Amino acid sequence: MLTAADTTALVITLQLAAVTTVVLLLVGTPLAWWLARSHSPVKPVIDAIVALPLVLPPTVLGFYLLLALGPEGAIGGLMESIGAKPLAFTFTGLVIGSVIYSLPFVVQPLQDAFAGIGRRPLEAAATLRAGPLDRFFSIALPLARPGYLTAAVLGFAHTLGEFGVVLMIGGNIPGSTQVLSIAIYDHVESLQYGQAHAVSAVLLVLSFVLLLTVYVLNRRFRVIRL
Amino acid sequence: MSISVKVKLARPGFALDAEFDVPATGITAVFGPSGAGKSTLLRIIAGLEPGEGEIQVGSQHWLKPGFSLRPNERPVGYVFQEASLFEHLSVEDNLYYGYRRVGKAERKIDFAHVTDVLRLGDLLPRRPATLSGGERQRVAIGRALLTSPRLLLMDEPLASLDFKHQREIMPFLESLCSDFGIPAIYVSHVPVEVSRLANQLVLLDKGKVTASGPVNEILTSFDLPMAHDLEAGAVIETIAGEFDSEFGLLDLEFAGGCFVVQGKQSAAGTGQRVRVLARDVSLALEKHTDTSILNILPVKIAEISEEPNGQSLVKLDCGGKLLLARITRRSSARMQLEPGKAVYAQIKSVALLN
Repeated sequence: MLTAADTTALVITLQLAAVTTVVLLLVGTPLAWWLARSHSPVKPVIDAIVALPLVLPPTVLGFYLLLALGPEGAIGGLMESIGAKPLAFTFTGLVIGSVIYSLPFVVQPLQDAFAGIGRRPLEAAATLRAGPLDRFFSIALPLARPGYLTAAVLGFAHTLGEFGVVLMIGGNIPGSTQVLSIAIYDHVESLQYGQAHAVSAVLLVLSFVLLLTVYVLNRRFRVIRL
Repeated sequence: MSISVKVKLARPGFALDAEFDVPATGITAVFGPSGAGKSTLLRIIAGLEPGEGEIQVGSQHWLKPGFSLRPNERPVGYVFQEASLFEHLSVEDNLYYGYRRVGKAERKIDFAHVTDVLRLGDLLPRRPATLSGGERQRVAIGRALLTSPRLLLMDEPLASLDFKHQREIMPFLESLCSDFGIPAIYVSHVPVEVSRLANQLVLLDKGKVTASGPVNEILTSFDLPMAHDLEAGAVIETIAGEFDSEFGLLDLEFAGGCFVVQGKQSAAGTGQRVRVLARDVSLALEKHTDTSILNILPVKIAEISEEPNGQSLVKLDCGGKLLLARITRRSSARMQLEPGKAVYAQIKSVALLN
């Protein structure tokens, strides 16, 4: 069974995944909408940046974030100068790291969903007197619903399994920034294989169920592309 | 009231530079071959394409230099080639989509009237995915009408339908303008649709308007290709009069006289559009009574054109309405036909278009 510390790590992991998913859906929606419809020359660049976390070692991402968010970094320094605490080694810092790390898993399904709608339903809505925002909320959003399901589940599941980024910028503070993947690492390091098994099984089952949900409910969308 | 359009749009490999001015009544057909720019022209009028120039409907400018109404600000109803219904909404919610977005004061078209005329009542709770092609297009027409548009734009609304569904939709299109009093611009490349529906015709070729005017003037103009086609003919609006029940024949009255056609009693009093093909009209100097031909009308020759293959095309003035006759050049010479001469048109066949 899970120890009290493992349970705390599980709760933090779920919180992190939930907050990250919400932030990603909010940030990812306008970004995916723009990517799906833009013909701007900048678009491939943004596409590539969004896809970067798919190929980059998470430690690289974590390292740069640590530099940026730490007291010496651009963002951390700025925070410190206005009297706020630096974000490195805090839950907020973890959320920022996770949002960047899981970005492609949310943006790409949304982008595919928006692109799949085509321009015709939106044109029809325009000739039926719907303004741009109205069209987005009354037509694009409901038609992209399967994409949102995929995006939410993938964003959530991917954040659950995050390790490198968390290790770099979260530290490993039990009750604050220690998540399941790191708890497993700790158990293995200290040769507590039984505990490692228990925690790993939780993650395995959770991730499988989440992915199964996506694939069953929603066979139309490819889950990830590069 | 008129619809006045003067727009330009340049694309790689294609340039549209179209100008026309038609009365804002009835159906104006934009006719031309595929790739002529018909759909693009319609999209510019709706504001879906960023054209330059001027668009004026009645007293309202939709587009002029330095000013362009956004598509959702233009009082148009747009019927796309494919119905383009919102798949996540029921038929009823599709119909209400535009209706709800129009101010109460501007709602001149009644929901019940539209569902009644287009026979949509039974479809209301259904999802678009469960409808046939013809049903979908009827819903799309209803949806567009319910915004009480000042101008209805239809982009080949029959093109994506099979023959059976085309026949289902056609009567609705024919009566739309009179039922709801909304002028329409109808894009088509099918001559039959144009002669059945259009009151005015705008010919478009390679992005340019080659002619525009009342449909019969364009169809019978010797300067335009349509009159010289083997299928050339005139389109005339008539009003059904008496019905001869013994022989099943219906009188169709118009300014130039009366056509007699096979018809139904129920048609009496209604407006009927007929088409008379040039090759079905022969000419005589005197009125023959010893013939099986029913329709013989006194006409005056307006114009004669020498055609290839020893033929002559003769334009006839029939009480102000124009007819075409295709005869041999030898007959023309023997009868000494010339503009102004009074003759008799013997019409072998008159086709009812509705």
